[in-house]
Amino acid sequence: MVGNAVPLAWTGGDTDGGLGTNVAGILEAIEAAWSPAGVAILVDLGGAETNSEMALEMLAEDRRTRVVVCNAPVVEGAVIAATESSGGSSLAAVKRSAEEFYA
Amino acid sequence: MSLDRAARERLVRALAASMIEHAEELTSLDQAIGDGDHGLNMKRGFEAVLATLPGLADKSLPEMLKAIGMTLVMKVGGASGPLVGTFFMELGKALPEQPTRADLVAAADKAISAVKLRGRSEAGQKTLLDVLVPVQAVFASGGDARAIAAEAAQAADRTTPMLATRGRASFLGERSIGHMDPGSRSASLLIGAAVAALEFEAVS
Repeated sequence: MVGNAVPLAWTGGDTDGGLGTNVAGILEAIEAAWSPAGVAILVDLGGAETNSEMALEMLAEDRRTRVVVCNAPVVEGAVIAATESSGGSSLAAVKRSAEEFYA
Repeated sequence: MSLDRAARERLVRALAASMIEHAEELTSLDQAIGDGDHGLNMKRGFEAVLATLPGLADKSLPEMLKAIGMTLVMKVGGASGPLVGTFFMELGKALPEQPTRADLVAAADKAISAVKLRGRSEAGQKTLLDVLVPVQAVFASGGDARAIAAEAAQAADRTTPMLATRGRASFLGERSIGHMDPGSRSASLLIGAAVAALEFEAVS
């Protein structure tokens, strides 16, 4: 919906390719979506959230402050986040927009 | 307490065996009130831990526990990976190389606090904390290996009538009542395996 304007990455599934989540996949996705503006992460369920938080702790210090996990519904939040981000908004503004769904 | 290399390897194998042997049971429990992956996740995680032997057991006890924790975080996945992995990692971080019992109690305390923080949870919500917290109380007040293992098993049983207010089971509301919490069962199995393996060692 935002074309190629916004770097996007996704990850899903456990290390065997089944349902679930895995930290290495999350780290790779952060890397793939990386830009100096940072990365906003949207998750579906609690396990994805805790695994994302662990991934954040494993990031290099200079990157850690530029990655956030958003408390937002994964579909609507991702659409809004991408839209906001394509307009050049800061990471903080992108997070805020996504989280308005639960405000 | 002094754990030589052989004892450390025994401990690792005992922990892993408890998860691999009970994978189906944990899966059934998790199918009832979760997403059905707990048994498979824990088995995968501990198979990965086994694969890091023999090098794993060459490490000091604290380094070994940290390494186990990291492997579990990376391989278990699901909601449990970060929780169980954090427990081992924080335990390893807090222990000196030749821990006394008091050191172990203090380290376990820190590890449990880290699990609470990681999962944003407390005892009473029908999670692994409902085993860790009461077992820690027995451990801290001087309980022996048998008392610790017994409390772990009983604590897991006590989760059965609980209402889940955290984790995947909380989505089921009252349907979570009447089923043992899978994370509590795996925690009690791991504790049981650990104290059985360590029984061979004199505790200072």
